[in-house]
Amino acid sequence: MTARDEILAGVRRSLGVTGHEEPRRQAVADRLARPERGVVPARGQKTGAEAIATFRKYAGAVQTSVTIVSGPEQVPAETARWLSANNLPARLRMGADARLAAMPWDATTLDVSHGPSAGTDLNGVSHAFAGVTETGSLILLSGPDNPTTINFLPDNHIVVLDSADLVPALEDVWARLRAETRSDPLPRTVNMVTGPSRSGDIDRTIFLGAHGPRALHVIVIDPDMAV
Amino acid sequence: MTAAITSPAFRENAHQALEDKQLQAVLGTMRTGFSVKRAEAAAALPEFEALRDSARDIKNHTLAHLDLYLEQYEAKVTASGGHVHYARDAAEARRIVADICRDLGAKTVTKGKSMISEEIGLNDHLEREGFTPVETDLGEYIIQLRHETPSHIIAPAFHLSAAQVEQDFRRVHTQLPPERDLSEPVSLLNEARQMLRQHFLAADVGITGANFLIAETGTSVIVTNEGNGDLTQTLPKAHIVLASLEKLVPTLDDCAQMLRVLARSATGQDSSVYTTFSTGPRRAGDADGPGAYHVVLLDNGRTGMLGTSFQEMLRCIRCGACMNHCPVYQAVGGHAYGWTYPGPMGSVLTPSLIGVEKGGHLPNASTFCGRCESVCPVRIPLPKLMRHWREKEFERHLTPATTRSGLALWGFFARRPWLYRQATRLGAATLALAARGRGKFAALPFASGWTQGRDFPAPEGRTFQAMWAAEAGKRRRAGGKPGAKEQNP
Repeated sequence: MTARDEILAGVRRSLGVTGHEEPRRQAVADRLARPERGVVPARGQKTGAEAIATFRKYAGAVQTSVTIVSGPEQVPAETARWLSANNLPARLRMGADARLAAMPWDATTLDVSHGPSAGTDLNGVSHAFAGVTETGSLILLSGPDNPTTINFLPDNHIVVLDSADLVPALEDVWARLRAETRSDPLPRTVNMVTGPSRSGDIDRTIFLGAHGPRALHVIVIDPDMAV
Repeated sequence: MTAAITSPAFRENAHQALEDKQLQAVLGTMRTGFSVKRAEAAAALPEFEALRDSARDIKNHTLAHLDLYLEQYEAKVTASGGHVHYARDAAEARRIVADICRDLGAKTVTKGKSMISEEIGLNDHLEREGFTPVETDLGEYIIQLRHETPSHIIAPAFHLSAAQVEQDFRRVHTQLPPERDLSEPVSLLNEARQMLRQHFLAADVGITGANFLIAETGTSVIVTNEGNGDLTQTLPKAHIVLASLEKLVPTLDDCAQMLRVLARSATGQDSSVYTTFSTGPRRAGDADGPGAYHVVLLDNGRTGMLGTSFQEMLRCIRCGACMNHCPVYQAVGGHAYGWTYPGPMGSVLTPSLIGVEKGGHLPNASTFCGRCESVCPVRIPLPKLMRHWREKEFERHLTPATTRSGLALWGFFARRPWLYRQATRLGAATLALAARGRGKFAALPFASGWTQGRDFPAPEGRTFQAMWAAEAGKRRRAGGKPGAKEQNP
């Protein structure tokens, strides 16, 4: 008997089932076909300006800085401003995201290179798939557009978020991935990022910048400039 | 064979811990640390109690259908290009991991934080097989340098001071200038970041644990604050996930429910910094990510808990809230428990996994104050389960002879109420007389185990039963039955 067969047989023996019971199979099939949303906190259930303000509040509470611009054409200048304000070199790593590529990086003095990070980049920029109002989190998908290494290796991570992609809760991210049929299979990596890296393992005190980025800056594109 | 076990020596371990001044200073910070932050996070979310119910129900549903969800999960992992390996016990799991590493020609293996890795004693095995395992969670890295085991399931180096860490870094990081300044704790963090970055980039295989496995999509989930788990699983050629069977949840939405109670219960954060959902290896066209994805599913005694009262323990999501709130853990720390899992959850889980013969002392290390159950995000009745172990220990004649004969003596009197009353009256009167109005004893014959650490309160002369009888007499004389007023509005 293989380990697999023995373990499954053991589970069934302990539960007193055969695995062929139709009501059990139906219960599992129903649950998978129609996922239950469960309890979704009211605090993220906001729209428009209120949603952006709430996102900003929870992102700020975990040391993420947030700036709002009115259009994608302003993202390079805001990126250059933030790097300069923090005394960081004017160099930037990014993937192949078409939305980022269409922005006027040439209008700045930024030295932009493309591809995944190899561990020597100080600054990286990504485009988020979504933002989560409830926790001030960013959702990033792996792939050629926004390589996962850019989320973790550079010291400073800049993330561009379209205000139209702000959703109340993580459940809404799943709904969108299912609607876009990107949930079967999911991308290799879905990152939910809530603030810059930190650790409490030394002296039971929280310090930022353990292994991932020391700083996280979000640029929200909001055509209404509502906030 | 699993990680080294010293649980049978719990009493001696606890004595040593109580004498350890450095440890006691650290444990003293617990009351103002995790538990206060958890209380604040729970209070700030009106839906928190409803989410605990939801989390409990999701786990109960999953465990009742575990065979079917395992089959679904495995099919989805396979469909996304990954491999599922089943391991009946620790030895089988270690062998599977070592074989994968060998097939890939691996030398360096980076590791994210995994309690399953601790449970199966993986690092020692990998070293014996010629691999170099490097722990990358800062706390795990520190205890690996010290050849220790974690003292807390979410804060492995909880028992150490910054000064101790500085000594270890100076001892091990000999390639750095000896005159460097490490007086600020943040400089220790920066040094670890610098040293571990080399390992991340050089590693051939990355091993992580899993906080959850999702049947709907064949996804494994890790929750970290440092980002070490992500670098561990993204950079090498292969990603190996170590997980026990009960980590399954049905859907992505179910996982979202669990995440809301996990971080709040563990550290008081609304959300951990990095919650990462991994499905299969890198895809064609991906710019990065591991080329291979393996999941090792460990049983190691868990199927035997299903269908028993200990099935409830399999809901555990390893947040650590029970130990953060436990007066016994706060007194002796995690190492005294003698195996991978300390605190109340360990007191229930350890006897289940290594046997009541070895782990039977642990369920006795409880004051039954009930705080662990009151903060458990999945509402595990930990005190009830510890009592179950005490009963089993007694049934199997594992309880020490002195305890058994003491209980037998008490039982003799308890079955003879008149004799019991006489004996307790005599005892109470004698002790009251001996105390001579001081109200307490600093020392008592046969009770040195108690009086060494604190005073023994002296009875005031009458037994509880005698006082109760006198009170009942007074009430009767005052007229009317209790509650009579309410019955006649």
